[in-house]
Amino acid sequence: MALDLARWQFGITTIYHFLFVPLTIGLSVVVASLQTAWHRTGRTEYLRATKFFGKLFLINFAMGVVTGIVQEFQFGMNWSDYSTFVGDVFGAPLAMEALLAFFLESTFIGLWIFGWDKLPRRVHLACIWAAAIGTNLSAYFILAANAWMRHPVGFEIDPVTGQARLTSIWAVLSNDQAWSTYLHVVSAAFIAAGLFVAAVSAYKLLKNVEPREHELFRKSMRAGFVVTAIAGVVVAVSGDHQAKLMARYEPMKLASAEALWDDEHAAGFSIFAVGDIQDGRNHVNIQIPGVLAFLATGDFEGDVQGINDIQARYEQVFGPGTYIPNVGLLYWAFRMMMGLGLAGVAISLVGLWLTRRGRLFRWDWQYRLVVAALPAALLANIFGWILTEMGRQPWTVVGELLTANSVSPGVSLTEVAISLSAFTLLYAVLAVIELGLLFRYVKAGTAAVMPYPAEDEPEPEKTDDRVPAFVY
Amino acid sequence: MDLPVVWFVAIAVLWTGYLVLEGFDFGVGALLPVLARDDTDRRVMINSIGPVWDGNEVWLITAVGATFAAFPAWYASMLSGFYLPMLLILLALIGRGVAFEYRGKVDSDVWRRRWDVVIVAGSTLPAFLWGLLFANLVRGLEMGADHVVTTTAFGLFTGYAVLGGLLTLSLFLLHGAVFLALKTDGPVRLRARSFAAWSALAVLPLLVGFVGWTQARSGVGWTLVPALVSVAALAVGAGLVHRGREGWAFTATAVSVGTLAILVFGSLFPDVLPSRTDPAFSLTIENAASAPYTLTVISWVTAVFLPLVIGYQAWSYWVFRKRVSRDQIPAAY
Repeated sequence: MALDLARWQFGITTIYHFLFVPLTIGLSVVVASLQTAWHRTGRTEYLRATKFFGKLFLINFAMGVVTGIVQEFQFGMNWSDYSTFVGDVFGAPLAMEALLAFFLESTFIGLWIFGWDKLPRRVHLACIWAAAIGTNLSAYFILAANAWMRHPVGFEIDPVTGQARLTSIWAVLSNDQAWSTYLHVVSAAFIAAGLFVAAVSAYKLLKNVEPREHELFRKSMRAGFVVTAIAGVVVAVSGDHQAKLMARYEPMKLASAEALWDDEHAAGFSIFAVGDIQDGRNHVNIQIPGVLAFLATGDFEGDVQGINDIQARYEQVFGPGTYIPNVGLLYWAFRMMMGLGLAGVAISLVGLWLTRRGRLFRWDWQYRLVVAALPAALLANIFGWILTEMGRQPWTVVGELLTANSVSPGVSLTEVAISLSAFTLLYAVLAVIELGLLFRYVKAGTAAVMPYPAEDEPEPEKTDDRVPAFVY
Repeated sequence: MDLPVVWFVAIAVLWTGYLVLEGFDFGVGALLPVLARDDTDRRVMINSIGPVWDGNEVWLITAVGATFAAFPAWYASMLSGFYLPMLLILLALIGRGVAFEYRGKVDSDVWRRRWDVVIVAGSTLPAFLWGLLFANLVRGLEMGADHVVTTTAFGLFTGYAVLGGLLTLSLFLLHGAVFLALKTDGPVRLRARSFAAWSALAVLPLLVGFVGWTQARSGVGWTLVPALVSVAALAVGAGLVHRGREGWAFTATAVSVGTLAILVFGSLFPDVLPSRTDPAFSLTIENAASAPYTLTVISWVTAVFLPLVIGYQAWSYWVFRKRVSRDQIPAAY
């Protein structure tokens, strides 16, 4: 029971955290790029866009930071047996993340927020880039740690203590699962961030309250589409690689995500399946022949392992027990991740075409569709993590440590229940506040962060803006 | 010295950095209702720590991350053993961080007052709890051979531990007041100065009591030095701030907080989490440490990057070296 609640807490706090993380990863680079454009050209429009999207970025950034603290403490609080078992290996990338990335990110974001009038322009620009680099670097370390749980490398089990012991940090950091996951997660983050910029811009174009910001948002919407489209290519290529790694390192996850019950030659990709999990078979399964085999092995004639056969093999190796994750959930999470993610990319591509050479959308629903693409992209990110983490079950470290043996033995059900309720409640309140603030700033538009000149004055083409920034 | 001992020292350094740095920003947050007369005052205070509090907090993240890497068993037993207080600290840090960022984002008095409550509570609570928890570390917890802590949340509230909590809370208030005297100008500066000087009359007895108790309970010969320095530095700091020597006063209170942390870790040595059930069950530097390879790896990373971190954080303090005053606070948010 305490185990279930601890898992729920991990799921809720991590999913919540990951609503903000992809936006932080992508928007930090977007804002830094906008400021670079302003720095290069001096054009007022870029500065205004920097400040507008910078504000939204910061509202989101704060939530990402504070919900991140929980993650680092949670391993020790709820998963102390896991922590003792893996600390020697898993702790190193976490410590590196704090030392190399978090300090960089937090110090330079402070310098950026408060330094507008205190730092030379070039140095101030460097600060937002340093924060963006810190953010993107932190993702690598934590994903290397996570990848190790799915494909443990560079370690041995200490014969005396029975705990994992690091033998090669290089193996952990250059784990193919680590860099492949990094490419996939970060490109998915850029899809979400690109769609964030596009969705905000589309909303502003749809409402069209302030005609003077029209051109700015037309451009920023296209910029968002471009970011998403480019990231879409990386997400597809890395996703393909992820499937192959999954077939190699976690065949059970792939089989479950495909509801493939038995080993199959030239396996087909399932489009829609209704199955009987007790019985271990599908009633209905509509497939595209050979595609799963290609996805998993790079060969349409390849062999893919099925759930029932893997279960039998695992019992041979690991002893009796159930090694099958939640098949129904994984099957649909996999499809939702791909479907929603690719829908976002498709909307961007079509959007780019429809807005080519100064054109605009003709219908309101087209703008609304772009707005809807943002939650879709965030959901796609979440479903990706549900697939990754739930698919690893019943293991925390594949082949080495079961989730059931990872939980804190000394923490009572009541304690986890209190903690789970407290976080859920606080996070719900903060979500309402955060969304309210974002919406308020989107609605207020660019004039709220940088007023336009009076009616009879022309907007200066170039601005050298050094306003004092006591923003708190 | 062997590597585990080096890492015990490194973690003590990280915690010391955390308590010295976030100590003053906890103090500033908790002092909002005490030293501010209106919203402009409050904004002067909050902006004085605005650019740096987040960087200060990363010292905690790094200390905990380093404990995970270097002493997994310590990390595991401590965090699960201090479950409910840790939860409170997390909730406080979440609320406080969001409050700093969001309070100025809507121009409404109700909105700001609500976030102020969060800032005050979110600063006061951890300032007390860290003292409570560190005192409990020194005192030891009920813990069997399996290193599972069985002390309940109520069991953490012993006289010694509560004294520790009151001490860190009041010491951070004083430290924060001295920081405000140093970093602001105008009425806040004057009020902070007098608060710091007068509060020393209350903080000093607490400090003497806790330091004496700690030294008597688990101190060794050399820990007498940080114990005495901590008390002396606080007295000197209070005197200096009273005479308007704010820079030196802040140095002195920082030394006082820092040496107090050294005393705590010195008293802990060579244990990291002593067991009250049976000393044989204690987690020690030896039995909790990671293998030499991991310690070597993180030693190299730390040796290269920690000086760099200290360098750019110091630079950031230098960039924002000017005092914040009321006339710099723009009317509009």
